[in-house]
This record gives sequence, C-alpha cells and structure tokens, in this order.
Amino acid sequence: MSSGNGASPEHITSYHGQPVLKEPVWSQEIPLYFYLGGVAGASGGLAYLSELRGNPELARRSYAVAMAALAVSPGLLISDLGRPERFLNMLRMFKVTSPMSVGSWILSGSGTATALAAANAWTGWLPGPARVARPAAALLGLPLSTYTAALIANTAVPVWHEARRLLPWVFGSGAALGAGAAAVMVTPPAEAAPARRLALGAAALEGPLMELMVHRLGRQGEPYKHGTPAVAANVSRAAIISGAALLFRHGETSRPAAIAAGGLLSLGALATRLSVFKAGFSSAADPKYVIRPQRLGITQGLRKGASRGDPRVGPPADLGSPATVR
Amino acid sequence: MTSLQTYAWPATYGERAKPRKGFFTDTSICIGCKACEVACKEWNQIPMSIEGFSGKSYDNSLELDANRWRHVAFVEQKVPADAREGDSLVEVAARNGVIESGVQTYQEGDGVRWLMASDVCKHCTDAACLEVCPTGALFRTEFGTVVVQQDVCNGCGYCVSACPFGVIDQREGDGRVWKCTLCYDRLKDDKEPACAQACPTNSIQFGDVAELRERAEHRLAQLQQAGQDKAQLYLSDEDDGVHGAGAFFLLLDEPEVYGLPPDPVDTNHDLGEIWASAALAAVGLAAGLVAAAWGGRR
Repeated sequence: MSSGNGASPEHITSYHGQPVLKEPVWSQEIPLYFYLGGVAGASGGLAYLSELRGNPELARRSYAVAMAALAVSPGLLISDLGRPERFLNMLRMFKVTSPMSVGSWILSGSGTATALAAANAWTGWLPGPARVARPAAALLGLPLSTYTAALIANTAVPVWHEARRLLPWVFGSGAALGAGAAAVMVTPPAEAAPARRLALGAAALEGPLMELMVHRLGRQGEPYKHGTPAVAANVSRAAIISGAALLFRHGETSRPAAIAAGGLLSLGALATRLSVFKAGFSSAADPKYVIRPQRLGITQGLRKGASRGDPRVGPPADLGSPATVR
Repeated sequence: MTSLQTYAWPATYGERAKPRKGFFTDTSICIGCKACEVACKEWNQIPMSIEGFSGKSYDNSLELDANRWRHVAFVEQKVPADAREGDSLVEVAARNGVIESGVQTYQEGDGVRWLMASDVCKHCTDAACLEVCPTGALFRTEFGTVVVQQDVCNGCGYCVSACPFGVIDQREGDGRVWKCTLCYDRLKDDKEPACAQACPTNSIQFGDVAELRERAEHRLAQLQQAGQDKAQLYLSDEDDGVHGAGAFFLLLDEPEVYGLPPDPVDTNHDLGEIWASAALAAVGLAAGLVAAAWGGRR
C-alpha cells in the first residue's frame, strides 16, 4: 500500500509496483550488432595501421573481417525495426541529438569506405578511391566502435544513462578485443603479432573497465548482479581469461590454439555486450531503480524535482467549483 | 509566454504558430470514471487491449502504452482521522480497537482515501522522444505538442527507451510507436481533445498552457488552504528536468504514488557529456590500435 512517504531509500513508494519506464523494445540482434560494429570499426583501424607498418597479410585479412562484419550489420539493424521496409528513413535527416541518426551515417560511410578498401586489398581494383577509403575506413571505425555506447547512454534507462562516462570505454575496449580476436583467428600466427597484442591488451582492460563501471553505479548497478546480465558477465569473464591465457601461451606457435583463443575472446566480447544490454532491461523494469535515486536527490537537496507545493498566488476570493471553470 | 518556448516552437512556425496547448489535470476532482480512457480509444480508433483482473485496486489497465493514451490510476490510502505522522497501521488499529472489535466493512468516514488520476503524455518542453528520433517521425506541432507521424516512423524504438515517463510504446503487430497526439486532428478543427470533452468533472482541463498554469496556481492555493498540505503541482515549472510540460498535474501526494517519476530528466541534458565520452573513448581506441601496431614485431 502506498504510504506517500518516499523519502527513505529502503522504502520506495511506487504505483502497485508498476514500472515507471518501458522496457526497451530492442531484440537480440542489437547486442550482436554492438559486437559486430565494434569488430568492424577496430578491424578497419588495425588493417590500415598494419598496412602502414608493412604487414599486408594482416591488413588484407583485417579488411576482410571488417567487411564481413559490416555486411551483416545493416541486416541485423533492419530486421530489428518495427517497419523494416522503412529502413531508409534512417537517412532522412542528420540529428546530433540522436546517436542512432549519427550512427546510421557513420555506419553508411564506414561501410562504403571499408568495401572499397577491402576490395582493393584483395583485388587491386580502384586504387585511386581506395587511397582515400583506407584511412577513411580506419577513422570512421573509431566512432563506429563507441557510438553504440552513446546511443544507449542517451536514454532514460538508469543503468545505461548513469554509466555514460565509462560505457564508451567498455565498448571501445570490447571493439579492440573483438577485432584482435577475429584477426588472430584468420591470420597465420607469424603475421598476427599486432593482432595478438591488441587482443591481449583489450582483454586486460575489458574486465576491469566493466567492474569499474558497475562499481561506480553503486546501487544503480544491481541489475548486473542478477539474472542474465550476471550470467553473461560471468561467461564473459571466464572466456576472456581463458582465451587470453591460451593466446599468450600458445598463440604465437600454434594455429589451432590461436583459433581457439580467438573464439574464446570473441565470445567474451559478445557476452559483455549482452550483459550490458540485458542489464538495461532489468533497470527499466523495476520502479525502484528509477524512483529511488530521483527521490534521494530531492530529499538530499541536490535536486528540486518536478513538483512544487507552494502556490505562487494566494487563494482566490471566489474561484467557484472547478467543474464550472471553462 | 517566453517561458513556454520549446526548441522548435514557436520559432520554426513563425506566424503560423498557435498558442501552446496542453492539459491541466486536476486529480483532486477526478472520480475515476475512466470516461477519458474510453473517449480517447473511441476517437483515436485505438485497438482494443485484452485486460484481465489485475488485483491492483480498481485498475485493470495499469499503464499508458501504445494502445492506451489516457490511463486512470487508482490508489487506496489508509489515512485515519486520528493518525499521527509516522504511525504504523498496527498502532492505529490498536488505538481504534480493531483487535477487540474486528475489522468492519468500509463505512463513510473510516479514513480510507482514494486517489485517482488520469495520466497522459506530458508533451514535454524538452521532449527526449522527439530529440532521439532518428527519422524525424516525432515532431513539434504548431500547438507546441509532440506528435508521431505514422507515415514516417520505422519502429526503431529509440523513443521508447528515451521517455522518462514510460509513455510512448511500440504497438505489437504494427511495429510503429504510438502515443497521445493531444488530438492533433481535433485541435486543427478548433475542437478540444476527446478526453477533456468527455471528462464529467473537468478534472481534465484543456487550453492554452499559459492560462492553465495560472488557473492551477489558484487551485493549488485553494487546496493548500483547505488543509491538503501534500497538494502539489507536477511539471508546471520551467526549471524541472524537462523544462516543464504541456500536460501538467495537480497531485494530492508525491508523484511516485501515482506511478510518476519524482524527478524526470530529459536524457539530452547530458548529451554533451555523452558525446564527449564516446569521442574520448574513440581516441583511446585509436591509441590502443597504434600501440598494438607499433608496440613490437610487425
């Protein structure tokens, strides 16, 4: 029963326990895209830099990875739309207040540049346009890897919005992890040293970044400790640790070991995204995650809130019945 | 007038801008008849929703969603006439001799109060749904209201997660998002929205927001004077997290009692920080890539 007193952090008043927010309507394609978009983005950069460093084999293969990820991504995003046939409306305008709009343009540009760069790397076609496309693919790959974090941070979902500072770093390191892991799997070990370094470096960062993000969320981070988000986070942790150990020990000498390690690290990168994605659903579904911090902010005097009890005028001499006011 | 301005209204409309329209929902005189819910569904030809028995007071419709653009909340509160601040129900029951006499059926004057409130899209001054919409399907009308263009919406669902009130939602089987239009079609014909017209007690008052706010101040003063010390205006000020709303409310208890967030904030107020963090992380990723490429053997 509602008491009307929402001041105590332990006693949150809600309307019959009903959620305040709507749960996101996005389906499983979205965390998969978060992963693949990151793979594509960081692979473009890895390919370009490998080329500059005189490692064309790694470059060619990373361009292929980027191209493959970018070939699948639009399909995932379109199939998640309520009206897939209207996907082109995404490019109807450019809105900086909508990370989804900005991301659609980044994805379009990155896809075009990467297709040119990959085609050129494998066939030698279109050398002129490819000279521009290669650095363009590398550069556009950077925002492609982190804008997805901005997208979910720019919502009312507490566990995403309140993590807005660190979430892009989690996604950025996840992108490096995914790209490094993919390159390690498809490249002979002798040519794959930079990819191994990228994967191992990102593997060392991903877990701690995630821990830090959840820690900073405080009680708002509770959704990460239960259900699917917790399971996915545990899978991610185990996969990253075992994959990184395997890659470190045998990745340089054994191709099968490198492939297995790359697979584990890819699983880890994907599971992290799934954990973040699902935590948003729990966070929106429980009214306490929405009401508690807002009420606390008001009682602690940090926020004014949306209500005011003091009238700005004195009571009227004769207002009449409200039912007669027109 | 200036305080009512939104990003796109009235500036982008120039001379075609109409006064900003909205609702003042005075919940103190709501009788929970649900005529607004019905009228809204009828006028806007909203698909039926199958409802069971929720067990949550007299409310079986429970929330605003794609198929319900007005929703009447029912709250039952035990406010005994002799209750002191902080009294538990057990203490009150003991004092009233409930334990000796047993629980009686409800009688007039027993001190149970009903709170009823008709909720609706707030048509925020800073409307997060509109700001995050990538297609421009959500737009600000010449009346300063927020409306979905159904021929543009592609059902991306971004607005659903952006709305701090959980109002807008995707319609199953249709794929697009739907919410209150403040009866945009009726407004264009100088008619008031269906819910306001159907409301028998004038709990839902439609009009120019500037005028409604003035009226609301008087009503708040009147209620405060009558001893309703928790009476409060919700979303009627420009300095809250959505810079005020076109549809605002007079409540008799805290907002969360009615299922409303006490401090809703437009997510875009943090947009600068969000983009800065994403850009910084992108630079960090670039540094990582460079380090990996140059950090040892090629």
